[in-house]
Amino acid sequence: MTEFAGWYMPTKYQGIVDEHLAVRRAAGLFDVSHMGQIKIAGPVAFNFIQRVTTNNISKLQVGKAQYSLLCNVQGGIIDDIIIYQLGLEEYMFVVNAANKDKVLQWLQDQKNKEEKADLLNIQDVSKEFCLLAIQGPRAEEIIAQLTKLELAKIKFFHFATGELAGVHVILSRTGYTGEDGFEIFVDTANAVLVWRKILEFGKGAGLVPAGLGARDTLRFEAGLPLYGQELREDTTPFEAGLTKFVDMTKANFIGRPVLEMTREQGIKRKLVGFRMVDRGIPRPGYQLQSKGEILGKVTSGTFCPYLKYNAGMGYVRADYAYTENEIDVLIRGKELKATIIKKPFYNR
Amino acid sequence: MIPKDLLYTEEHEWLRLQENKVIIGITDFAQKELGDVVFVDLPEVNLVLEANDVLGGVESVKAVSDIYAPCPGRIAAVNEALTDTPDLINEDPYGEGWIVELEIEEAPKNLLSAAEYEEFLNKGE
Repeated sequence: MTEFAGWYMPTKYQGIVDEHLAVRRAAGLFDVSHMGQIKIAGPVAFNFIQRVTTNNISKLQVGKAQYSLLCNVQGGIIDDIIIYQLGLEEYMFVVNAANKDKVLQWLQDQKNKEEKADLLNIQDVSKEFCLLAIQGPRAEEIIAQLTKLELAKIKFFHFATGELAGVHVILSRTGYTGEDGFEIFVDTANAVLVWRKILEFGKGAGLVPAGLGARDTLRFEAGLPLYGQELREDTTPFEAGLTKFVDMTKANFIGRPVLEMTREQGIKRKLVGFRMVDRGIPRPGYQLQSKGEILGKVTSGTFCPYLKYNAGMGYVRADYAYTENEIDVLIRGKELKATIIKKPFYNR
Repeated sequence: MIPKDLLYTEEHEWLRLQENKVIIGITDFAQKELGDVVFVDLPEVNLVLEANDVLGGVESVKAVSDIYAPCPGRIAAVNEALTDTPDLINEDPYGEGWIVELEIEEAPKNLLSAAEYEEFLNKGE
């Protein structure tokens, strides 16, 4: 068990590597109830969200979800979130646990700047929900045994509400592993029941419970950034390779003026993925260099349990951020060779 | 699992003392704490070390653990099998999972017996 943002969470159940492989080959069940949920509703919710996020929610409709970013006025990332449109004037943000209080405060501050603030309701509903994630190629067939919802109709980044194991849930085709799968919002009182039912019905298909450790190695192989490592308040979406989640055609949103300037001037550093050529595992904070010249730092790195090689992600000087480029990673005082490669490392 | 015929350090290493050599590995407790070992950083043979020098590292998916020289010596052999199968450390920490053989002039001091190591572990919990 490990303490994370005020939650006690299992790093692993049987072992990170086994859990990781089970998710790639069959399915894994994660308890990600630490994630925060914030509901934003009211007649001005649409305009408010357009102003505080970088993506464009006019692409949303009820039953659809969207990956988006909250940026500060400098264009730095406050959090990366998923926005669910629950109703005509009702949305839910799923935010990182470690950022929840910060985001909530920031949203309140932004609300206070609204002319019609009284028409906007922002509510932390994190305690009402537990969030379970079933991920892997066999996730759908396992869930199909427990619900009458037509799963084929729930496309990637869409969701439906209905009964699962006899309990009312929001079932969303989203995840953080690079696999197909679902995230299940269930009220706290019924979460244990749903967890047990899924484990029971999934056993035959090879489903295992999976912890935070496997969640991290899975998202890493899938090239997905993690807040606090790849994403921080001093990194912009462009540096992080998240340009497609920033809609510059949108009239105005917080951070836009600076982002526009950055885009014109060009970015100074860029997030890359690299594969180790020499033997060694890159870890966060290790220096990246070329011919002794400092290029940047590792943000994440691990042995990839499915791909079976050591890899990392990190920011390097933009003029050096090209695939096939050789870089050195300073590991235990040794310069070890690596090659910049395309992300994601793993594609299903 | 703490074999009686070995000696131990507070860094969770085990030592098998032979005349002028000592074989070093990490304990069952250490491998369990680390989880799946995915990489072992082995020193070069003939490397000369002072006591407490880092001689290598054992890495799991999530953690990095340094291995220290218990006394001055010269690396006489390394367990090359760990290069391709680092998980030998998980499967057989006191046997196939040995890490290095150190040639020494004097036996290392301040080591723990199996009973003392067990007591040390119990105190830590």
